This record gives sequence, C-alpha cells and structure tokens, in this order.
Amino acid sequence: MNLKNVIQIFILSYLTWLALNWSVNADVLITGAIISVLIAVLLCSHCEVLQEVRLSPKSFAYAFAFVGVFWIELIKSNFDVALRVLTPSLPINPGIVEVKTTLHSNIGKMLLANAITLTPGTLTVDILDDRMFIHWIDVTSTDINEATRAIVSKFEKYLEVMYG
Amino acid sequence: MEIRMLIGSIVTLIGAIFIFLGALGIVRMPDLYNRLQSGTKASTLGTILSIAGIGIINPAWAGKAFIIISFVMMTNPVSSHTLARGAHHLGIPLSKKTVIDKLKEAEANEKKEEQ
Repeated sequence: MNLKNVIQIFILSYLTWLALNWSVNADVLITGAIISVLIAVLLCSHCEVLQEVRLSPKSFAYAFAFVGVFWIELIKSNFDVALRVLTPSLPINPGIVEVKTTLHSNIGKMLLANAITLTPGTLTVDILDDRMFIHWIDVTSTDINEATRAIVSKFEKYLEVMYG
Repeated sequence: MEIRMLIGSIVTLIGAIFIFLGALGIVRMPDLYNRLQSGTKASTLGTILSIAGIGIINPAWAGKAFIIISFVMMTNPVSSHTLARGAHHLGIPLSKKTVIDKLKEAEANEKKEEQ
C-alpha cells in the first residue's frame, strides 16, 4: 500500500467526478468522495502509473509551461499540415528518422512519445530503449542530432524536470 | 447569451474545417503513414475545437467537454502510434517520395547481430 499513490488516484478520480457532475450539492460531493476513496484503495494500492511523478513547485511550474508549449506546437503544426494538404503540388518529404531521448522513466518517455505523435507532422513509429523512430512528414535533416534538436528538444527540457 | 452562442458556433465551425482538411488529407496523401498523419492528427485540433465550442455554448456541459477532450488527447496518439507500428512490422511499403527509413536499417542491423 503506497499512500502517495492512493492519494494521487483519489484526487484524479474526484476531479473527474466533479467535472462530470458540474454541481456542488452536498450529496454529489459525498457520493463522489466515497466512490473515489473506494477506487483508490481497492483498485490502485499497487499500481505504479503515477509513481515516478515528482511533486515539487518547480515540477508544477514546468508542467504548466509544458502544456503551454504543447498547445502552441499543436496549433502551429495543425496549420502546417493543413496548408500542405491544400497546396495542389502536395509538398511532402516524408521519411522515418531516428532520435535520441535522455529521459529514463517510462511515464516520461510515454508523455514525450504522445506529445510528438499529437503534433501533426511527426508520428512515433517505434521505441527501442532510448532511441525513437519517428515518421516525419517533412524531413529537413537525416542526422540524429539535428533531428533530435528539431523534434524532441522543445518538449524534453520540461519533461526532464517533471520526471527525470 | 447571444454572444456566447456566436463564439461557440465560430469555434465549432473552425473545428469542422480542420476535420474536413484531415479527411481531404486521407484522400490526397500517397501512403499509409502520411494518411495517418493527416487522418488521425490534423483532425485532433478539429475534434478538440468542436467539443470546446459545445462547451462554450452550454456552460453546464463544460466539465463534460473538458473530460472528453482529455480522453481524446490521451487515446488519439496511442491508437495512431499502434497503427503505424503494426503497419511497419507487417512491412507495408512507404511511398516513393520517402527520403529515409532508419527503422528498417535498425531492424536489419539487429538481425545481422543475431546471426
């Protein structure tokens, strides 16, 4: 039984419940609290999903910065791909490139891969240890270091502080 | 009330345009990987904006809309990654425009080392 883990799961499921109900009636609050405690204690006393999350003010600040950077990238690259689709000559230059990540924790790697995949133009195809293979719609460089700087670095510096 | 309706409708409309562009990309792109790029992900922003627009029109649904958006953002990259990985393992060819395939080289290297 890991208390930190249980508390994290409790907070997550309680916030989900509150967002779903969108009311602050006493009965809604109490029912949600009971169900969240049951879920956290019965189902998640051993799961390790959030084990590697660091809880410190700095990591919270970087988490907010990460979400901001991620949204900007998402919107920018959505417009980029939309323009490519609309251009009659279809200016794509696709290929699968290799990049390296310095993250060690599994959840950090997962978030990095998901952030890369969610920004259109780059798609994580496979992960082997610290090497990631990424399908890139517009290959500007096939060199590992150059590709790493273009795709990974902008997300990695935040995730490094959050998960190490 | 009126102004909220207007803003929500515009946001939903922009989302619908992005979804349309994603669908157009599926038709125009040359191979499976590029279709995944536009089909599953150019439409991410479209889905998010459409649902966010509904949340703006009716604030009582804002919490639910937020939860749907977070689930879309969690599951969308996993599914497209799995599709691409499965396709590459099956050996579905990349288009002729492709510049480089590092993953194929890495797999070939591993096979050599095993032998």
